[in-house]
Amino acid sequence: MKILGEIYAKFTDFLDAKKKIVIPVLYLVLILVPFLFKSQYFLRVLCLIGIYAILTMSLNLIAGYMGQTSMGHAALYCLGGYFSGLLGSKLGWPFWITLIFGIIGGAIGGLVLGIATMRLSGSYLAVITLAFGEVVEMIILNFNSVTNGPLGVRNIPRPSLFGWEFTTSNGGFYWLMLVLVTIAVLVSLAVLKSKFGRAVIAIKEDELAAKLMGVNTAKYRVQTIILSGAMAGMAGAFYASMNRYIDANSFNFDISMTILCIVIFGGLGSIPGMIVGSILLISFPEVLRALADYRFVVYGLLLILMMRFRPQGLMGGLSKKPYKLPRGVTLPKALQARKEGSKGKQVG
Amino acid sequence: MALLKVNEITKVFGGLIAVEDVSFEVNQGEIVSIIGPNGAGKTTIFNMLTGVYKVNKGTVEFEGKEIQNKAPREIVKAGMARTFQNIRLFPTMRVIENVLVGDHINIQYNFLDLLFRTKKFRKAEKEAAQKAIDLLESLELGDQINNYAKNLPYGMQRKLEIARAIATNAKLIILDEPAAGMNPQESEELMKFILKLRQNGHTILLIEHDMSVVMNISDRIYVIDHGRKIAEGLPAEIARDAQVIRAYLGSGGVEKDAEQDA
Repeated sequence: MKILGEIYAKFTDFLDAKKKIVIPVLYLVLILVPFLFKSQYFLRVLCLIGIYAILTMSLNLIAGYMGQTSMGHAALYCLGGYFSGLLGSKLGWPFWITLIFGIIGGAIGGLVLGIATMRLSGSYLAVITLAFGEVVEMIILNFNSVTNGPLGVRNIPRPSLFGWEFTTSNGGFYWLMLVLVTIAVLVSLAVLKSKFGRAVIAIKEDELAAKLMGVNTAKYRVQTIILSGAMAGMAGAFYASMNRYIDANSFNFDISMTILCIVIFGGLGSIPGMIVGSILLISFPEVLRALADYRFVVYGLLLILMMRFRPQGLMGGLSKKPYKLPRGVTLPKALQARKEGSKGKQVG
Repeated sequence: MALLKVNEITKVFGGLIAVEDVSFEVNQGEIVSIIGPNGAGKTTIFNMLTGVYKVNKGTVEFEGKEIQNKAPREIVKAGMARTFQNIRLFPTMRVIENVLVGDHINIQYNFLDLLFRTKKFRKAEKEAAQKAIDLLESLELGDQINNYAKNLPYGMQRKLEIARAIATNAKLIILDEPAAGMNPQESEELMKFILKLRQNGHTILLIEHDMSVVMNISDRIYVIDHGRKIAEGLPAEIARDAQVIRAYLGSGGVEKDAEQDA
């Protein structure tokens, strides 16, 4: 028990005291959801929210941290789905292996896109990523011998563990989604709070200055897009297995736009923003089904109002908390005094 | 041996010769200034030194090794870091993060280390943070570490930019017009600051317009006009140099004075 406690303490090092309690409780509640709500529809919507949370965290690496626009992010999602789906459907490989190949597929897509856009930014980059999305879609549609073209890929196997098959209604996919979202959050956090993250944000802030501080900007640009591709590929593999059928339409331009909308709506650069944004914007059309087609009008209005009154997004903007220093670092004298002063006040 | 030795470097933009056969050197522990009227080619020289522009002709030797036309990061690794004429901090990053980006090339761990938060990672991050804090404290920015760079007053932004350059462990700090946009009081403070940097063992190459700054702190001065070096020497010599006065004030006044004398 004590060892477990220590391990937990090590991995939650970045959390403050309050979060150390809130987050386990939150997870406990989340894990119990399938026992409380058995509706397949409801669990499927939750899984979709999870997929978009991963996709937006993936785009957040490029758009939020690195400050570049990707208008073809669904292409990376698509590559993950097709790599994983085809291996599962045609060769009958188990999900856990095709998941890894889905991640690799997304990463390869990221590598190609990264090299193609290494020295581009702004509108040029947006156009290239848009074209990349279209190229991937065209390849999927026309490379019949491998991808089945417009017919799509059917009978993609579901994951199973010790003989228990995951389905949407037994909560298996929901729990798997929780694990994958957690991985995406941890990877995003790990990257953000390191020299990698600082370099990538420095590229967003001032690429020339970053370069002249010795940051290998080209390398970090490509690595970020590869990492982003791997995350999107993971979401793709999950979607393929959950839906059991994919075709080029599952990953079209609309998906790219939805991802981009959520990232901006949630707040560029904010990990909680990606999750809250996905929850709101994915559940929104479902909640408002009664409005039929008018719900997209409301959806559009919501986005416009958001841009007008909170352009930094729901959770975006600069944190007002002090910078989190590694443990054991001696603070500057001026701040030490201030800290002791506040402690003294609390005691008094 | 000189720390930095520049031999007859030339930069041509299309048909325009921006810098022609300029040579100078900087020795360990010196404050050397490059001055000249607007458009003389001073910033072009800095951009060639730091790898932003390619050198068309000539060599740049740093500690005896040729570094011209290398990638900017190779030059930073060799030990030369710069600031910019118009401040180029990372505005929405914290003060300490700005310094940590400067320290980037000295922080050693790979992607797996950062993903799994290994011992190596934690040790390197801790050392880097401590180094950044100590550096900021020594430059009197210790109480600002949590602030965002864009929220700092102008003078502090200049200091932070210098701190970021020092964090690279550079042996030579190149300052591009640090006193630009400062009032006399701020320039005075900056001057003291630069002298303090020298005391701490830094070697400084400076481009500056503000004559009071240049004349007071430089060990040696090079004067550039129309892309060519027109004078070099001690501050007192430069102040008397007829060619320099002509470059700065034009020849009309001098000739008229001469006529009146005659």
